[in-house]
Amino acid sequence: MSQGATLAAARPALRRRAGSRTNLTSGSSLGLGIAVTWFSLLVLIPLAALVATAAGGGWDEYIKTLTNEQTLAALKLTVGQSFVVTAINVVIGTTIAWVLVRDQFFGKRILDVIIDIPFALPTIVAGLVLLTLYGKGSPLGLEWANTELSVPLALAFVTLPFVVRTVQPVLEELDADVEEAAASLGAGRVTIFRRLILPSLAPAIAAGAALSFARAIAEYGSLVLLSGNLPFHTEVVSVRVLSFIEGGNTAAAASVATVMLAVALIVIVALDLVQGWVARRG
Amino acid sequence: MKKIKAAVVGLAGVLALTACSASGSSGSADQLSVVGFSVLEAANEPVFADFKATDAGKGVDFQTSYGASGDQSRAVEGGLKADYVHFSLEPDIQRLVDDNLVAPDWNTGPTKGIVTSSVVVFVVRPGNPKHIEGWDDLIKPGVQIITPNPASSGSAKWNILAAWAHITGNGGTEAQAKEFVKKFLGNTIALPSSAREATTAFSGGNGDVLISYENEAIVARQKGEDFDYLVPDDTLKIENPGAVTIDANPKAKDFLDFLLTPAAQEDYAAFGFRPVIDGVTLPQVEGANDPANPFPVPAKLFTIADLFGGWSVANDKFFDDETGIIPALQAETGKTE
Amino acid sequence: MVKVSTPVRWLLRLVALGYVFLLVAWPVALIVQHTFANGFATLSETLSDPHVQHALLLTAQVAFWAVLINTVFGVTISLLLVRYRFPGKKVLSALIDVPLSVSPVVVGLSLLLVYNGRTGWFGPTLEAHGLQVIFNSPAMIMATCFVALPLVIREVVPVLTEIGDDQEQAARSLGANARQTLWRITLPSIKWAVIYGVVLSLARSVGEFGAVKIVSGNFTGQTQTATLMVEAQYQNFEHDQAYATSFILAAVSVICIVVVSLLRPKEQHS
Repeated sequence: MSQGATLAAARPALRRRAGSRTNLTSGSSLGLGIAVTWFSLLVLIPLAALVATAAGGGWDEYIKTLTNEQTLAALKLTVGQSFVVTAINVVIGTTIAWVLVRDQFFGKRILDVIIDIPFALPTIVAGLVLLTLYGKGSPLGLEWANTELSVPLALAFVTLPFVVRTVQPVLEELDADVEEAAASLGAGRVTIFRRLILPSLAPAIAAGAALSFARAIAEYGSLVLLSGNLPFHTEVVSVRVLSFIEGGNTAAAASVATVMLAVALIVIVALDLVQGWVARRG
Repeated sequence: MKKIKAAVVGLAGVLALTACSASGSSGSADQLSVVGFSVLEAANEPVFADFKATDAGKGVDFQTSYGASGDQSRAVEGGLKADYVHFSLEPDIQRLVDDNLVAPDWNTGPTKGIVTSSVVVFVVRPGNPKHIEGWDDLIKPGVQIITPNPASSGSAKWNILAAWAHITGNGGTEAQAKEFVKKFLGNTIALPSSAREATTAFSGGNGDVLISYENEAIVARQKGEDFDYLVPDDTLKIENPGAVTIDANPKAKDFLDFLLTPAAQEDYAAFGFRPVIDGVTLPQVEGANDPANPFPVPAKLFTIADLFGGWSVANDKFFDDETGIIPALQAETGKTE
Repeated sequence: MVKVSTPVRWLLRLVALGYVFLLVAWPVALIVQHTFANGFATLSETLSDPHVQHALLLTAQVAFWAVLINTVFGVTISLLLVRYRFPGKKVLSALIDVPLSVSPVVVGLSLLLVYNGRTGWFGPTLEAHGLQVIFNSPAMIMATCFVALPLVIREVVPVLTEIGDDQEQAARSLGANARQTLWRITLPSIKWAVIYGVVLSLARSVGEFGAVKIVSGNFTGQTQTATLMVEAQYQNFEHDQAYATSFILAAVSVICIVVVSLLRPKEQHS
């Protein structure tokens, strides 16, 4: 199966051809200037405004907002469930990637397409989709909507593709010869998996896990209809921020938002480090 | 391949040209921006249609935005364009008066600015399994209440003051009322941001009782939601104000005048709102407990003016962020925004 | 290649297929089933509602502009990052990835803080010159651009890196100037990467919900996109219409995925 990865969720560093880098010409300088200006207006300045607003009330105010009982409960719920779902994704995602790469059966191509649906589907639609099977009147009798199970359910849905799509290309490129050699030297299948395959996959799994975690923390749309947004039970951080915004309390909203932003930045840095490490190992 | 490329570019071009007008004025029709509180949407449709059929309303186009009353009021204050605003309670209009967006004489008309009216009711599961008949049943242990969040919703404020009125209107002291409301808040399991979101939460299976507008219960039942509602023996009269903004299109004033005519009030009645003027023939109101007699008068009907000295007093006394009684009670019960 | 034993293979298949079926396939199938429970009646009723039509058209317009802007920006930045040296390149490269991990609610809030017409950093000045950003389409387009920003870049950069600049150097040594090199050599070589990026951006832009909800004011028939419409329909007890609109949006996403999936193998022949 060729590069089934429809997503380039996190590409491992590819072999680099020799490409020389040139200094900027006047044309490309202009291009850079315009691009950076647009990027600033769109991303950098708004994020700076966020941090500025959060800091506006001073440190005490900031801590007071974050330690509000309901906000703390939302933070704990969001981070906790994101970890749980990421752990699930690591196991299931690797399994799915394995099945996609090393197995052959009728309908495998369809599985490949279905995996990408959660990435492309609008989040509000994802919530509605999950409601049909896990809400009132569920054909399976699993009425998880508005209960605490709705949160990991929604998060699992939206983060499904991430580990799969980071592991899949690495699995495809694994060198079969090394495994054959180990087998011919008497290594059992489990040993080969544990000592050869898993370590090669580890960076890809880590990258997928980081992306999955970041996505789970940020999730909003799918939880709106599915979770009931019950304070202290199923209210996630993004819903809390929205409550603050609608209530006109932009300072509190910005404060909580900076926490979410910090998590996102940590994930990006971690990903960058992992990819740099992989590149160095060749 | 070239033809397909050309077709795609052509289609894209057409889309692009029409894109610019998403918010721009189309120029031809009079556009009225109506900003309303969350439960108004269904009721406004026939009202708009009837207005457009009048001479004054010919050629008028409506743009609408609905949401929690407090949030909508703050949005207009923050720049949301509005020609006519229709909120759940007076303070949300007062905020705009203070900001010079609405004229101070908005409430000097025959109905004192009130456009629609209702009462606070209890919405319960079919058959009322927890036998909730009155306010005192709400504070029993194990009863799960859903009421919106007073920080954003107008309905929430009406609900809480109705609970307070149950005590003080029947001869109780303020201290007793505080105790009662504290227990009431203690039994709330969710504080959704608007009346409509509270209804959605309730119909999603949460809670034993929803405190809401009578008209919201009626509209939900019209749309097929399966629940019962009851008007408690003593409850609070809900009065929703409407006003035209200062820089509004002149047609907005015509619209407001139209809203106070029997035709418009009948349209609102069909969706469960109690008329605010005389001479309105009530239609059969589907969804009401008795469609032929949809608006029973409760034994005791309190009003904001009689019992609380009007919203200008009550809003600060009860709901001010720093000094209000209710935020303090919420902090005590741990049920904040 | 190590072959797993048959029972293990079947176990893995069961786990993978079962999980995906229960989590994604069956729920999506149920949406289709709910939409067509009354034949085409629900779908045609929904599509004939002028508010729905406006919402779909608005989504198409916002997505069009967001994809266009992101493609131009994306290709420009990709070229600059791969082919040129300049100070701050590493920082820019890291910052480009930020939008993928940021919550849509945070996106909406940050744009609100800057472009809000009353208290924003730039908003009041812009409105004084007649440009209303928040509660209007510019903010919706910007919010959509923000969330889909890295998608084109992440497709194009690896391809540009892998191709190398041999062909460009050859062209230049034969006398082509910068513009000719760009149009005739560089851009065609990244054609497929750009197409994947465009399709992925399109799916993401059509599907944006949280960020647009905050900056749009949710004016029915005015600034309400298809995703916002789904929420409104569901909250107005119009569940059938909500399913029908969801079906339309889901169909668009699935078509995008299938298109990319079908196109990718072709890349090896081009």
